[in-house]
Amino acid sequence: MTEVSRTTATMALHPAERPLRKFLFSNRAALGSLAVFAVMLLVFFVANPRVFSNWGLYAAVLTTLPVALFMVAPLVFVVTSGEIDLSFPAMMGFASLAFAYVVQAGFDPFLGIAAALVVGSLLGFGVGALVVYGGLSSLVATLGMNFMLRGLILIVTNSKSIAVPQLRDSLAFKITSTQIWGIPLQIVWAIAFVVFCALLYNRHRFGAQVHVVGDNPDSANEMGINVNLVRVKVFAFMGVGAALAGVFSTMINFTWWPTSGDGYLLPVIASVFVGGTPPWGGIGTVVGAAVGALTVSFIQTGVLGVGLSGFYVQFFYGLIIILSLLGHRWNQARYR
Amino acid sequence: MAQHIIELKNITKSFGTVYALGGVNLHVDPGEVVGLLGDNGAGKSTLIKILAGVIKPTSGEIVVNGERVSNWSPARSRAAGIETVFQDRALAVQQSIVRNIFMGRELAGRFGWLNLRKQVSEAERLMREIGFTSKVFSPNSIVGQLSGGERQGVAIARAILKQANLIVLDEPTTALSLTETAKVFHFVRQVRASGRSIVFIGHNIHHVYDIAERFVVIDRGRVAMEKKKSDIASAQELIEYMECVARSQGVTAGEME
Repeated sequence: MTEVSRTTATMALHPAERPLRKFLFSNRAALGSLAVFAVMLLVFFVANPRVFSNWGLYAAVLTTLPVALFMVAPLVFVVTSGEIDLSFPAMMGFASLAFAYVVQAGFDPFLGIAAALVVGSLLGFGVGALVVYGGLSSLVATLGMNFMLRGLILIVTNSKSIAVPQLRDSLAFKITSTQIWGIPLQIVWAIAFVVFCALLYNRHRFGAQVHVVGDNPDSANEMGINVNLVRVKVFAFMGVGAALAGVFSTMINFTWWPTSGDGYLLPVIASVFVGGTPPWGGIGTVVGAAVGALTVSFIQTGVLGVGLSGFYVQFFYGLIIILSLLGHRWNQARYR
Repeated sequence: MAQHIIELKNITKSFGTVYALGGVNLHVDPGEVVGLLGDNGAGKSTLIKILAGVIKPTSGEIVVNGERVSNWSPARSRAAGIETVFQDRALAVQQSIVRNIFMGRELAGRFGWLNLRKQVSEAERLMREIGFTSKVFSPNSIVGQLSGGERQGVAIARAILKQANLIVLDEPTTALSLTETAKVFHFVRQVRASGRSIVFIGHNIHHVYDIAERFVVIDRGRVAMEKKKSDIASAQELIEYMECVARSQGVTAGEME
Protein backbone atom coordinates (compact mmCIF):
# COMPACT_ATOMS: atom_id res chain seq x y z
CA MET A 1 0.00 0.00 0.00
CA THR A 2 2.69 2.48 1.05
CA GLU A 3 4.79 1.20 -1.81
CA VAL A 4 2.07 1.95 -4.32
CA SER A 5 1.31 5.43 -3.02
CA ARG A 6 4.98 6.29 -2.99
CA THR A 7 5.36 5.24 -6.61
CA THR A 8 2.43 7.38 -7.72
CA ALA A 9 3.83 10.32 -5.74
CA THR A 10 7.19 9.98 -7.48
CA MET A 11 5.43 9.76 -10.79
CA ALA A 12 3.43 12.92 -10.23
CA LEU A 13 6.37 14.91 -8.97
CA HIS A 14 9.14 13.57 -11.12
CA PRO A 15 11.35 16.60 -11.76
CA ALA A 16 11.86 15.86 -15.46
CA GLU A 17 8.11 16.34 -15.97
CA ARG A 18 7.72 19.74 -14.31
CA PRO A 19 6.89 22.17 -17.13
CA LEU A 20 9.66 24.70 -16.42
CA ARG A 21 12.35 22.05 -15.98
CA LYS A 22 11.14 20.25 -19.04
CA PHE A 23 11.29 23.46 -21.08
CA LEU A 24 14.79 24.29 -19.82
CA PHE A 25 15.99 20.75 -20.39
CA SER A 26 14.64 20.25 -23.88
CA ASN A 27 15.81 23.70 -25.03
CA ARG A 28 19.11 23.85 -23.18
CA ALA A 29 21.25 24.16 -26.31
CA ALA A 30 19.23 27.11 -27.63
CA LEU A 31 19.09 28.75 -24.19
CA GLY A 32 22.83 28.26 -23.84
CA SER A 33 23.52 30.14 -27.05
CA LEU A 34 21.07 32.84 -25.97
CA ALA A 35 23.09 33.18 -22.75
CA VAL A 36 26.30 33.55 -24.78
CA PHE A 37 24.67 36.32 -26.81
CA ALA A 38 23.34 38.11 -23.72
CA VAL A 39 26.72 38.03 -21.97
CA MET A 40 28.47 39.29 -25.09
CA LEU A 41 25.98 42.12 -25.51
CA LEU A 42 26.34 43.04 -21.83
CA VAL A 43 30.12 43.23 -22.16
CA PHE A 44 29.81 45.48 -25.21
CA PHE A 45 27.21 47.65 -23.49
CA VAL A 46 29.32 48.14 -20.37
CA ALA A 47 32.34 48.95 -22.53
CA ASN A 48 30.54 51.68 -24.47
CA PRO A 49 26.98 52.44 -23.24
CA ARG A 50 26.53 55.44 -25.57
CA VAL A 51 27.09 53.58 -28.84
CA PHE A 52 25.13 50.53 -27.75
CA SER A 53 22.01 52.44 -26.74
CA ASN A 54 21.71 53.71 -30.33
CA TRP A 55 18.98 51.86 -32.27
CA GLY A 56 20.67 52.55 -35.62
CA LEU A 57 23.41 50.10 -34.73
CA TYR A 58 20.89 47.32 -34.19
CA ALA A 59 18.93 48.24 -37.33
CA ALA A 60 22.11 47.86 -39.37
CA VAL A 61 22.67 44.35 -38.00
CA LEU A 62 19.04 43.48 -38.61
CA THR A 63 19.41 44.35 -42.32
CA THR A 64 22.32 42.03 -43.02
CA LEU A 65 21.53 39.26 -40.51
CA PRO A 66 18.47 37.96 -42.46
CA VAL A 67 20.60 36.89 -45.44
CA ALA A 68 22.58 34.63 -43.11
CA LEU A 69 19.45 33.35 -41.33
CA PHE A 70 17.98 32.01 -44.59
CA MET A 71 21.00 29.73 -44.86
CA VAL A 72 21.68 29.01 -41.19
CA ALA A 73 18.28 27.37 -40.57
CA PRO A 74 18.47 24.87 -43.48
CA LEU A 75 22.11 24.11 -42.63
CA VAL A 76 20.90 22.83 -39.24
CA PHE A 77 18.89 20.18 -41.15
CA VAL A 78 21.99 19.25 -43.15
CA VAL A 79 24.19 18.93 -40.07
CA THR A 80 21.51 17.02 -38.16
CA SER A 81 21.22 14.53 -41.00
CA GLY A 82 24.91 13.80 -40.48
CA GLU A 83 26.16 15.69 -43.53
CA ILE A 84 27.69 19.11 -44.21
CA ASP A 85 27.20 21.50 -47.11
CA LEU A 86 29.95 23.89 -48.18
CA SER A 87 28.38 24.66 -51.56
CA PHE A 88 25.61 26.98 -50.33
CA PRO A 89 27.57 30.21 -51.05
CA ALA A 90 27.82 29.30 -54.74
CA MET A 91 24.19 28.10 -54.79
CA MET A 92 23.24 31.50 -53.34
CA GLY A 93 25.26 33.26 -56.05
CA PHE A 94 23.79 31.08 -58.79
CA ALA A 95 20.16 31.42 -57.68
CA SER A 96 20.45 35.19 -57.27
CA LEU A 97 22.04 35.38 -60.71
CA ALA A 98 18.84 33.83 -62.08
CA PHE A 99 16.87 36.41 -60.10
CA ALA A 100 18.98 39.29 -61.46
CA TYR A 101 18.69 38.02 -65.07
CA VAL A 102 14.90 37.76 -64.88
CA VAL A 103 14.54 41.22 -63.33
CA GLN A 104 17.03 42.76 -65.75
CA ALA A 105 15.07 41.31 -68.67
CA GLY A 106 12.10 43.37 -67.51
CA PHE A 107 9.96 40.69 -65.85
CA ASP A 108 8.27 41.11 -62.49
CA PRO A 109 10.64 40.49 -59.53
CA PHE A 110 8.21 37.90 -58.16
CA LEU A 111 8.90 35.86 -61.28
CA GLY A 112 12.58 36.39 -60.54
CA ILE A 113 12.09 35.04 -57.00
CA ALA A 114 10.33 32.00 -58.43
CA ALA A 115 13.23 31.49 -60.86
CA ALA A 116 15.75 31.77 -58.00
CA LEU A 117 13.82 29.22 -55.94
CA VAL A 118 13.67 26.78 -58.86
CA VAL A 119 17.39 27.18 -59.60
CA GLY A 120 18.31 26.94 -55.91
CA SER A 121 16.30 23.79 -55.25
CA LEU A 122 17.54 22.14 -58.46
CA LEU A 123 21.16 22.91 -57.55
CA GLY A 124 20.60 21.60 -54.02
CA PHE A 125 18.96 18.50 -55.41
CA GLY A 126 21.87 17.99 -57.79
CA VAL A 127 24.50 18.42 -55.08
CA GLY A 128 22.53 16.11 -52.77
CA ALA A 129 22.11 13.44 -55.46
CA LEU A 130 25.83 13.60 -56.21
CA VAL A 131 26.76 13.17 -52.55
CA VAL A 132 24.15 10.52 -51.73
CA TYR A 133 23.95 8.37 -54.85
CA GLY A 134 27.62 8.91 -55.72
CA GLY A 135 28.46 7.77 -52.21
CA LEU A 136 30.81 10.72 -51.73
CA SER A 137 31.94 12.50 -48.60
CA SER A 138 29.70 15.54 -48.33
CA LEU A 139 32.58 17.59 -46.88
CA VAL A 140 34.78 17.11 -49.94
CA ALA A 141 32.11 16.84 -52.63
CA THR A 142 30.31 20.05 -51.61
CA LEU A 143 33.65 21.86 -51.36
CA GLY A 144 34.29 20.81 -54.96
CA MET A 145 30.79 21.84 -56.04
CA ASN A 146 31.28 25.25 -54.40
CA PHE A 147 34.38 25.86 -56.52
CA MET A 148 32.76 24.49 -59.66
CA LEU A 149 29.52 26.46 -59.37
CA ARG A 150 31.41 29.65 -58.54
CA GLY A 151 33.63 29.02 -61.53
CA LEU A 152 30.57 28.61 -63.76
CA ILE A 153 29.19 31.91 -62.45
CA LEU A 154 32.42 33.69 -63.32
CA ILE A 155 32.55 32.09 -66.78
CA VAL A 156 28.91 32.88 -67.62
CA THR A 157 28.99 36.50 -66.42
CA ASN A 158 32.60 37.32 -67.33
CA SER A 159 32.87 38.22 -63.65
CA LYS A 160 30.77 41.36 -64.20
CA SER A 161 28.17 42.56 -61.71
CA ILE A 162 24.57 43.15 -62.73
CA ALA A 163 22.72 46.30 -61.67
CA VAL A 164 18.98 45.98 -61.23
CA PRO A 165 17.82 49.50 -60.18
CA GLN A 166 14.29 48.72 -61.38
CA LEU A 167 13.83 46.75 -58.15
CA ARG A 168 13.50 50.02 -56.21
CA ASP A 169 9.96 50.70 -57.44
CA SER A 170 8.72 47.13 -57.35
CA LEU A 171 6.13 45.67 -55.02
CA ALA A 172 8.50 42.81 -54.24
CA PHE A 173 11.02 45.29 -52.86
CA LYS A 174 8.38 47.15 -50.85
CA ILE A 175 7.12 44.08 -49.05
CA THR A 176 10.51 42.45 -48.47
CA SER A 177 13.15 45.07 -47.96
CA THR A 178 11.76 48.38 -46.74
CA GLN A 179 11.33 49.48 -43.14
CA ILE A 180 8.20 49.67 -41.06
CA TRP A 181 8.34 51.69 -37.80
CA GLY A 182 12.12 51.58 -38.06
CA ILE A 183 12.20 47.80 -38.26
CA PRO A 184 13.76 46.39 -41.43
CA LEU A 185 11.21 44.09 -43.08
CA GLN A 186 13.96 41.62 -43.97
CA ILE A 187 14.22 40.54 -40.36
CA VAL A 188 10.46 39.97 -40.19
CA TRP A 189 10.63 37.60 -43.17
CA ALA A 190 13.74 35.94 -41.82
CA ILE A 191 12.14 35.35 -38.42
CA ALA A 192 9.05 33.92 -40.13
CA PHE A 193 11.34 31.59 -42.08
CA VAL A 194 13.20 30.53 -38.92
CA VAL A 195 9.90 29.81 -37.15
CA PHE A 196 8.74 27.76 -40.12
CA CYS A 197 12.03 25.84 -40.11
CA ALA A 198 11.83 25.23 -36.37
CA LEU A 199 8.32 23.77 -36.78
CA LEU A 200 9.46 21.69 -39.75
CA TYR A 201 12.38 20.46 -37.66
CA ASN A 202 10.45 19.54 -34.53
CA ARG A 203 6.86 18.93 -35.56
CA HIS A 204 6.93 17.59 -39.09
CA ARG A 205 7.53 14.13 -40.48
CA PHE A 206 10.45 15.48 -42.51
CA GLY A 207 12.18 16.85 -39.40
CA ALA A 208 11.57 13.63 -37.47
CA GLN A 209 13.11 11.58 -40.27
CA VAL A 210 16.09 13.95 -40.58
CA HIS A 211 16.79 13.41 -36.85
CA VAL A 212 16.57 9.64 -37.11
CA VAL A 213 18.64 9.42 -40.29
CA GLY A 214 21.40 11.51 -38.72
CA ASP A 215 21.22 9.55 -35.48
CA ASN A 216 21.33 6.04 -36.90
CA PRO A 217 20.91 5.59 -40.66
CA ASP A 218 20.88 1.78 -40.36
CA SER A 219 18.00 1.84 -37.90
CA ALA A 220 16.13 4.35 -40.05
CA ASN A 221 16.56 2.06 -43.06
CA GLU A 222 15.42 -0.99 -41.09
CA MET A 223 12.28 0.88 -40.12
CA GLY A 224 11.41 1.61 -43.73
CA ILE A 225 12.63 5.20 -44.06
CA ASN A 226 14.13 6.02 -47.45
CA VAL A 227 17.42 7.26 -46.00
CA ASN A 228 18.90 8.40 -49.31
CA LEU A 229 15.80 10.37 -50.27
CA VAL A 230 15.74 12.15 -46.90
CA ARG A 231 19.38 13.14 -47.37
CA VAL A 232 18.79 14.45 -50.90
CA LYS A 233 15.78 16.46 -49.68
CA VAL A 234 17.93 18.04 -46.99
CA PHE A 235 20.37 19.33 -49.61
CA ALA A 236 17.50 20.54 -51.82
CA PHE A 237 16.10 22.46 -48.85
CA MET A 238 19.55 24.02 -48.34
CA GLY A 239 19.33 25.19 -51.96
CA VAL A 240 15.95 26.83 -51.30
CA GLY A 241 17.40 28.69 -48.31
CA ALA A 242 20.41 29.81 -50.36
CA ALA A 243 18.08 31.11 -53.09
CA LEU A 244 16.08 33.19 -50.60
CA ALA A 245 19.32 34.53 -49.13
CA GLY A 246 20.47 35.47 -52.63
CA VAL A 247 17.26 37.34 -53.39
CA PHE A 248 17.38 39.31 -50.14
CA SER A 249 21.04 40.16 -50.56
CA THR A 250 20.42 41.46 -54.11
CA MET A 251 17.58 43.60 -52.76
CA ILE A 252 19.90 45.38 -50.29
CA ASN A 253 21.70 47.49 -52.90
CA PHE A 254 20.03 46.52 -56.20
CA THR A 255 23.17 44.86 -57.47
CA TRP A 256 24.16 41.28 -58.07
CA TRP A 257 27.85 40.65 -57.49
CA PRO A 258 29.81 37.74 -58.98
CA THR A 259 31.11 37.10 -55.47
CA SER A 260 27.57 37.02 -54.07
CA GLY A 261 27.49 34.55 -51.18
CA ASP A 262 31.22 34.05 -50.77
CA GLY A 263 31.47 35.96 -47.54
CA TYR A 264 28.80 33.83 -45.86
CA LEU A 265 30.56 30.47 -45.91
CA LEU A 266 32.36 30.58 -42.58
CA PRO A 267 30.00 32.83 -40.57
CA VAL A 268 26.98 30.64 -41.46
CA ILE A 269 28.75 27.41 -40.54
CA ALA A 270 30.05 29.00 -37.33
CA SER A 271 26.51 30.16 -36.46
CA VAL A 272 25.15 26.61 -36.59
CA PHE A 273 27.78 25.30 -34.17
CA VAL A 274 27.80 28.39 -31.92
CA GLY A 275 24.03 27.88 -31.77
CA GLY A 276 24.41 24.48 -30.14
CA THR A 277 23.98 21.95 -32.95
CA PRO A 278 26.67 19.31 -32.47
CA PRO A 279 28.67 18.19 -35.53
CA TRP A 280 27.99 14.45 -35.11
CA GLY A 281 24.37 14.48 -36.31
CA GLY A 282 21.04 13.32 -34.89
CA ILE A 283 20.26 16.38 -32.80
CA GLY A 284 20.33 20.15 -33.17
CA THR A 285 18.36 23.32 -32.74
CA VAL A 286 17.08 25.75 -35.35
CA VAL A 287 16.29 28.49 -32.85
CA GLY A 288 19.72 28.10 -31.25
CA ALA A 289 21.36 28.45 -34.65
CA ALA A 290 19.39 31.66 -35.30
CA VAL A 291 20.68 33.05 -31.99
CA GLY A 292 24.13 31.86 -33.03
CA ALA A 293 23.80 33.84 -36.25
CA LEU A 294 22.81 36.91 -34.23
CA THR A 295 25.90 36.44 -32.05
CA VAL A 296 28.24 35.96 -34.99
CA SER A 297 26.86 38.91 -36.97
CA PHE A 298 27.09 41.10 -33.88
CA ILE A 299 30.74 40.41 -33.17
CA GLN A 300 32.06 42.71 -35.90
CA THR A 301 29.68 45.56 -35.09
CA GLY A 302 30.34 45.10 -31.41
CA VAL A 303 34.11 45.05 -31.60
CA LEU A 304 34.14 48.23 -33.70
CA GLY A 305 31.42 49.76 -31.51
CA VAL A 306 33.44 49.49 -28.32
CA GLY A 307 36.21 51.37 -30.09
CA LEU A 308 38.65 48.56 -30.80
CA SER A 309 40.44 48.47 -34.12
CA GLY A 310 39.16 46.17 -36.88
CA PHE A 311 42.17 43.94 -36.30
CA TYR A 312 40.44 42.55 -33.21
CA VAL A 313 37.41 41.25 -35.11
CA GLN A 314 38.87 37.91 -36.15
CA PHE A 315 40.27 37.27 -32.68
CA PHE A 316 36.83 37.79 -31.16
CA TYR A 317 35.18 35.57 -33.79
CA GLY A 318 37.47 32.78 -32.70
CA LEU A 319 37.09 33.49 -29.01
CA ILE A 320 33.28 33.41 -29.15
CA ILE A 321 33.25 30.20 -31.22
CA ILE A 322 35.59 28.37 -28.85
CA LEU A 323 33.82 29.58 -25.71
CA SER A 324 30.44 28.54 -27.14
CA LEU A 325 31.70 25.08 -28.04
CA LEU A 326 33.11 24.61 -24.54
CA GLY A 327 29.77 25.74 -23.11
CA HIS A 328 27.74 23.34 -25.25
CA ARG A 329 30.13 20.49 -24.52
CA TRP A 330 29.45 20.95 -20.84
CA ASN A 331 25.75 21.59 -21.43
CA GLN A 332 24.75 18.50 -23.41
CA ALA A 333 25.73 14.88 -23.05
CA ARG A 334 26.22 12.66 -26.07
CA TYR A 335 24.33 9.39 -26.06
CA ARG A 336 25.67 6.49 -28.07
CA MET B 1 -4.15 -25.99 -45.90
CA ALA B 2 -4.15 -22.46 -44.67
CA GLN B 3 -2.24 -19.95 -46.73
CA HIS B 4 1.22 -19.06 -45.51
CA ILE B 5 1.66 -15.53 -44.20
CA ILE B 6 5.01 -15.40 -45.89
CA GLU B 7 7.08 -17.88 -47.76
CA LEU B 8 10.72 -17.61 -48.77
CA LYS B 9 11.53 -19.92 -51.66
CA ASN B 10 15.03 -21.09 -52.47
CA ILE B 11 16.67 -17.94 -51.12
CA THR B 12 20.36 -17.49 -51.76
CA LYS B 13 22.56 -14.64 -50.67
CA SER B 14 26.22 -14.11 -51.34
CA PHE B 15 28.38 -11.27 -50.12
CA GLY B 16 31.08 -11.17 -52.76
CA THR B 17 32.47 -14.71 -52.82
CA VAL B 18 31.05 -15.63 -49.41
CA TYR B 19 27.83 -17.61 -49.53
CA ALA B 20 25.72 -16.65 -46.52
CA LEU B 21 22.63 -18.53 -47.67
CA GLY B 22 22.53 -21.28 -50.26
CA GLY B 23 18.93 -22.01 -51.13
CA VAL B 24 16.77 -21.68 -48.03
CA ASN B 25 13.03 -22.36 -47.85
CA LEU B 26 11.10 -20.94 -44.94
CA HIS B 27 7.43 -20.30 -44.35
CA VAL B 28 5.31 -19.01 -41.52
CA ASP B 29 1.67 -19.95 -41.05
CA PRO B 30 -0.95 -17.86 -39.27
CA GLY B 31 -0.88 -18.23 -35.49
CA GLU B 32 2.28 -20.28 -35.05
CA VAL B 33 5.53 -19.72 -33.24
CA VAL B 34 8.54 -20.75 -35.29
CA GLY B 35 11.86 -21.23 -33.52
CA LEU B 36 14.85 -20.46 -35.71
CA LEU B 37 18.06 -22.05 -34.44
CA GLY B 38 21.62 -22.20 -35.60
CA ASP B 39 25.18 -21.47 -34.65
CA ASN B 40 26.75 -18.03 -34.95
CA GLY B 41 27.30 -17.23 -38.60
CA ALA B 42 24.83 -19.88 -39.75
CA GLY B 43 22.81 -17.27 -41.61
CA LYS B 44 19.87 -16.71 -39.25
CA SER B 45 20.17 -12.95 -39.11
CA THR B 46 20.78 -12.69 -42.86
CA LEU B 47 17.62 -14.70 -43.45
CA ILE B 48 15.66 -12.46 -41.09
CA LYS B 49 16.97 -9.33 -42.74
CA ILE B 50 15.85 -10.70 -46.11
CA LEU B 51 12.43 -11.37 -44.59
CA ALA B 52 12.34 -7.79 -43.29
CA GLY B 53 13.43 -6.37 -46.66
CA VAL B 54 16.67 -4.90 -45.29
CA ILE B 55 18.88 -7.19 -47.40
CA LYS B 56 18.05 -8.10 -50.98
CA PRO B 57 18.50 -11.79 -51.74
CA THR B 58 20.84 -12.77 -54.57
CA SER B 59 18.16 -15.09 -55.90
CA GLY B 60 14.92 -16.67 -54.78
CA GLU B 61 11.26 -15.78 -54.39
CA ILE B 62 9.35 -14.05 -51.64
CA VAL B 63 5.64 -14.91 -51.50
CA VAL B 64 3.37 -12.90 -49.22
CA ASN B 65 -0.21 -14.10 -48.65
CA GLY B 66 0.03 -16.23 -51.77
CA GLU B 67 1.36 -13.52 -54.04
CA ARG B 68 4.88 -13.23 -55.30
CA VAL B 69 6.34 -9.82 -54.48
CA SER B 70 9.05 -7.85 -56.22
CA ASN B 71 11.12 -4.96 -54.89
CA TRP B 72 10.71 -6.21 -51.36
CA SER B 73 11.82 -3.47 -48.93
CA PRO B 74 11.57 -2.62 -45.21
CA ALA B 75 8.64 -0.29 -45.92
CA ARG B 76 6.78 -3.01 -47.87
CA SER B 77 7.54 -5.60 -45.24
CA ARG B 78 6.05 -3.39 -42.52
CA ALA B 79 3.09 -2.51 -44.73
CA ALA B 80 2.44 -6.25 -45.16
CA GLY B 81 2.11 -6.59 -41.38
CA ILE B 82 5.55 -7.97 -40.62
CA GLU B 83 7.34 -6.29 -37.73
CA THR B 84 10.92 -7.14 -36.87
CA VAL B 85 12.72 -6.59 -33.59
CA PHE B 86 16.28 -6.62 -34.82
CA GLN B 87 19.20 -7.95 -32.84
CA ASP B 88 20.67 -4.45 -32.56
CA ARG B 89 17.13 -3.17 -31.76
CA ALA B 90 17.26 -0.54 -34.53
CA LEU B 91 16.92 2.42 -32.20
CA ALA B 92 18.11 6.00 -32.56
CA VAL B 93 19.57 6.56 -29.10
CA GLN B 94 19.71 10.35 -29.13
CA GLN B 95 15.97 10.54 -29.81
CA SER B 96 13.00 10.30 -27.50
CA ILE B 97 11.07 7.09 -26.86
CA VAL B 98 8.14 8.50 -28.83
CA ARG B 99 10.22 9.27 -31.87
CA ASN B 100 11.70 5.78 -31.79
CA ILE B 101 8.33 4.07 -31.48
CA PHE B 102 6.98 6.02 -34.43
CA MET B 103 10.16 5.80 -36.51
CA GLY B 104 9.14 5.42 -40.16
CA ARG B 105 5.49 5.44 -39.16
CA GLU B 106 4.91 8.93 -37.80
CA LEU B 107 1.35 9.94 -36.98
CA ALA B 108 0.89 12.92 -39.23
CA GLY B 109 -2.04 14.93 -40.44
CA ARG B 110 -2.35 16.68 -43.73
CA PHE B 111 0.91 18.03 -45.23
CA GLY B 112 2.91 15.82 -42.89
CA TRP B 113 2.58 17.86 -39.66
CA LEU B 114 2.93 15.50 -36.71
CA ASN B 115 0.17 14.75 -34.26
CA LEU B 116 2.51 14.97 -31.26
CA ARG B 117 -0.20 14.68 -28.60
CA LYS B 118 -1.56 11.47 -30.05
CA GLN B 119 1.92 10.03 -30.49
CA VAL B 120 2.72 10.68 -26.81
CA SER B 121 -0.54 9.16 -25.55
CA GLU B 122 -0.10 6.11 -27.81
CA ALA B 123 3.48 5.71 -26.59
CA GLU B 124 2.31 5.94 -22.96
CA ARG B 125 -0.27 3.24 -23.60
CA LEU B 126 2.27 0.94 -25.25
CA MET B 127 4.81 1.47 -22.47
CA ARG B 128 2.18 0.51 -19.90
CA GLU B 129 1.15 -2.50 -21.96
CA ILE B 130 4.71 -3.77 -22.26
CA GLY B 131 5.31 -3.06 -18.59
CA PHE B 132 8.96 -2.75 -19.44
CA THR B 133 10.10 0.76 -18.92
CA SER B 134 10.51 1.92 -15.35
CA LYS B 135 8.27 4.73 -14.19
CA VAL B 136 10.95 7.39 -13.96
CA PHE B 137 10.90 7.62 -17.74
CA SER B 138 8.28 9.44 -19.77
CA PRO B 139 7.63 9.02 -23.50
CA ASN B 140 9.84 12.06 -24.03
CA SER B 141 12.84 10.52 -22.31
CA ILE B 142 15.90 9.96 -24.47
CA VAL B 143 16.48 6.30 -25.36
CA GLY B 144 20.20 6.69 -24.60
CA GLN B 145 19.32 6.96 -20.90
CA LEU B 146 17.55 3.58 -20.83
CA SER B 147 18.97 0.22 -19.81
CA GLY B 148 19.30 -2.67 -22.27
CA GLY B 149 16.04 -4.28 -21.18
CA GLU B 150 14.17 -1.01 -21.41
CA ARG B 151 15.56 -0.39 -24.88
CA GLN B 152 14.34 -3.83 -25.88
CA GLY B 153 10.96 -2.79 -24.48
CA VAL B 154 10.92 0.24 -26.79
CA ALA B 155 11.77 -1.96 -29.78
CA ILE B 156 8.98 -4.37 -28.88
CA ALA B 157 6.51 -1.54 -28.27
CA ARG B 158 7.24 -0.37 -31.80
CA ALA B 159 6.54 -3.86 -33.15
CA ILE B 160 3.06 -3.99 -31.58
CA LEU B 161 2.09 -0.42 -32.46
CA LYS B 162 0.06 -1.69 -35.38
CA GLN B 163 -1.66 -5.06 -35.38
CA ALA B 164 1.13 -6.98 -37.06
CA ASN B 165 0.40 -10.46 -38.47
CA LEU B 166 3.92 -11.63 -37.84
CA ILE B 167 6.49 -10.45 -35.33
CA VAL B 168 10.09 -11.50 -35.80
CA LEU B 169 12.27 -11.44 -32.70
CA ASP B 170 15.99 -11.76 -33.41
CA GLU B 171 17.68 -12.96 -30.20
CA PRO B 172 15.34 -10.89 -28.03
CA THR B 173 16.62 -12.24 -24.71
CA THR B 174 20.33 -11.61 -25.25
CA ALA B 175 21.75 -9.56 -22.36
CA LEU B 176 18.42 -9.43 -20.56
CA SER B 177 17.87 -10.21 -16.89
CA LEU B 178 15.72 -13.16 -15.78
CA THR B 179 12.65 -11.01 -15.12
CA GLU B 180 13.08 -9.21 -18.43
CA THR B 181 13.39 -12.54 -20.23
CA ALA B 182 10.22 -13.73 -18.52
CA LYS B 183 8.48 -10.60 -19.80
CA VAL B 184 9.59 -11.37 -23.36
CA PHE B 185 8.13 -14.91 -23.04
CA HIS B 186 4.93 -13.55 -21.60
CA PHE B 187 4.77 -11.18 -24.56
CA VAL B 188 5.31 -14.02 -27.07
CA ARG B 189 2.47 -16.04 -25.49
CA GLN B 190 0.19 -13.01 -25.56
CA VAL B 191 0.84 -12.49 -29.26
CA ARG B 192 0.34 -16.21 -29.91
CA ALA B 193 -2.95 -16.17 -27.96
CA SER B 194 -4.25 -13.35 -30.11
CA GLY B 195 -3.81 -15.59 -33.16
CA ARG B 196 -0.76 -13.90 -34.61
CA SER B 197 2.57 -15.45 -35.55
CA ILE B 198 6.08 -15.17 -34.20
CA VAL B 199 9.48 -16.10 -35.51
CA PHE B 200 11.76 -16.49 -32.50
CA ILE B 201 15.51 -16.64 -32.96
CA GLY B 202 17.66 -17.67 -30.06
CA HIS B 203 20.82 -19.36 -28.88
CA ASN B 204 19.31 -20.76 -25.71
CA ILE B 205 17.74 -23.97 -26.94
CA HIS B 206 15.73 -24.46 -23.75
CA HIS B 207 14.12 -21.07 -24.29
CA VAL B 208 13.32 -21.77 -27.91
CA TYR B 209 12.09 -25.29 -27.15
CA ASP B 210 9.69 -23.96 -24.51
CA ILE B 211 8.16 -21.31 -26.70
CA ALA B 212 8.12 -22.57 -30.28
CA GLU B 213 5.84 -25.07 -32.02
CA ARG B 214 8.03 -25.71 -34.99
CA PHE B 215 11.80 -25.63 -35.24
CA VAL B 216 14.01 -24.73 -38.15
CA VAL B 217 17.72 -25.30 -37.73
CA ILE B 218 20.03 -23.40 -40.08
CA ASP B 219 23.56 -24.56 -40.60
CA ARG B 220 26.09 -22.84 -42.83
CA GLY B 221 23.46 -21.24 -45.02
CA ARG B 222 21.14 -24.22 -45.38
CA VAL B 223 18.15 -25.60 -43.56
CA ALA B 224 19.62 -28.56 -41.67
CA MET B 225 16.39 -29.63 -39.98
CA GLU B 226 12.75 -28.71 -39.81
CA LYS B 227 10.52 -30.45 -37.25
CA LYS B 228 7.30 -29.95 -35.37
CA LYS B 229 7.47 -29.95 -31.60
CA SER B 230 5.34 -33.13 -31.55
CA ASP B 231 8.12 -34.95 -33.43
CA ILE B 232 10.75 -34.11 -30.84
CA ALA B 233 10.73 -35.81 -27.47
CA SER B 234 12.49 -33.19 -25.39
CA ALA B 235 14.76 -30.18 -25.40
CA GLN B 236 17.59 -32.64 -24.81
CA GLU B 237 16.94 -34.30 -28.16
CA LEU B 238 17.09 -30.91 -29.86
CA ILE B 239 20.36 -30.09 -28.09
CA GLU B 240 21.87 -33.41 -29.12
CA TYR B 241 20.86 -32.76 -32.67
CA MET B 242 22.44 -29.29 -32.60
CA GLU B 243 25.66 -30.76 -31.20
CA CYS B 244 25.62 -33.33 -33.95
CA VAL B 245 25.33 -30.58 -36.56
CA ALA B 246 28.17 -28.65 -34.96
CA ARG B 247 30.43 -31.76 -34.90
CA SER B 248 29.85 -33.09 -38.36
CA GLN B 249 31.44 -30.56 -40.66
CA GLY B 250 29.83 -30.35 -44.07
CA VAL B 251 26.84 -32.51 -43.23
CA THR B 252 23.73 -31.95 -45.33
CA ALA B 253 20.12 -32.30 -44.42
CA GLY B 254 19.81 -35.39 -46.62
CA GLU B 255 22.61 -37.29 -44.94
CA MET B 256 21.22 -36.58 -41.51
CA GLU B 257 17.84 -38.10 -42.21
